[in-house]
Amino acid sequence: MPEQETVARRRFLKMAGGGGVASAALVLAACGSDNKNATTSAAAAGADTTATMDGDIAIVNYALTLEYLEAEFYKQAAATGFFKGAQLDLIKTIGEHERQHVNALTMAVKQLGGTPAMKPATKFPLSDAKTIVKTAQAVENLGAAAYLGQAPRIKNKDILAAALSIHSVEARHAAVLNTLVGKDITPDGAFAKPASMAEVLPIAKQFIAG
Amino acid sequence: MTEYTRSAFLVRGALATSAVYGSGMVAPFVTRALAGSGDAGILNFALTLEYLEAAFYKKAMGLKLSGQAAKLAKELANHEQLHVEALKKAVKGLGGKPVKSPRFSFPITDEASFLKLAQTLEDTGVSAYNGAAPAISSKDILAAAGSIVQVEARHAAAIRLLRGQSPAPEAFDRTLDKAAVLKAVMPLIKS
Repeated sequence: MPEQETVARRRFLKMAGGGGVASAALVLAACGSDNKNATTSAAAAGADTTATMDGDIAIVNYALTLEYLEAEFYKQAAATGFFKGAQLDLIKTIGEHERQHVNALTMAVKQLGGTPAMKPATKFPLSDAKTIVKTAQAVENLGAAAYLGQAPRIKNKDILAAALSIHSVEARHAAVLNTLVGKDITPDGAFAKPASMAEVLPIAKQFIAG
Repeated sequence: MTEYTRSAFLVRGALATSAVYGSGMVAPFVTRALAGSGDAGILNFALTLEYLEAAFYKKAMGLKLSGQAAKLAKELANHEQLHVEALKKAVKGLGGKPVKSPRFSFPITDEASFLKLAQTLEDTGVSAYNGAAPAISSKDILAAAGSIVQVEARHAAAIRLLRGQSPAPEAFDRTLDKAAVLKAVMPLIKS
């Protein structure tokens, strides 16, 4: 990893601050080659930070990392050549949404005074159309659950409003993809279930190279 | 390609405001929109919308619908009724009194008019919850509202698909304040 990138990452970790939230976020954000190093910096930085702001920064950076994964996944899926017509349009549209989410969340982290998480190196199962749609379906349902899991933990009302406006779009994506794979649009019934960082991170890490 | 959607722009504008006033403060537009309502007030407003949706799908179930639309009407009627019950319980849990259901009138006569109005109601429901949620004080109530709005968004997408519309027309769902939601649903409220 270039030296400059390492410095930027350390700065993110310092901004992300201490506590379980931040360390969960950095597990995902810092999945690169200097993983061990990064964890150490974050633990050291944890002591002198303000909990409220840093909690939100860590949550938004966690969401940002998930959005990076989604955006890159759809970009690569669209480029496979497996999709045509309406399905290709859908993949491109969803991909564009995820890209806009990346931009908005990057801006949000900056507005909070933090350093946006970097785009992770990725690896996705792209062997055939069916695998891709199945992966997309799993990822969107997980993404919606991830936002739902974080919403009550967000302190800043504007960040919460932004997260909610993304959350329901991920839910829309999930419903369409569920339809495509023959699953119920609402697999949890009338009340969607949230997912914690601890539940989401191991799954998300499957898509991170390194 | 539009780099900045209107919603994203608004989000950023709001964030800039919050940077000026300090991160701990609720944005002025949020407080103004829901002044004095409190969690029970917000839930009662949501309850009214859920009454409306539940009654709507119940009426739709009496129409002559094709397989997929009929299945959806039944499933969504059930969900909205469960939302009604959960919200009533939540209002009581906060020491409040659940509002009674208004009487409604739905101008639906066939599958096309049903699905068209369903799309409007579900999209409006999503925007209403998203608009109200940041003003909720209790984390538990916020979590409950979130688990409902996610389901409403899934409903909206499914109905849009049936109508051949884009299931997710924008990257950021819009928010509506109470006044805008009321304006949208007033024509359906008889008394």
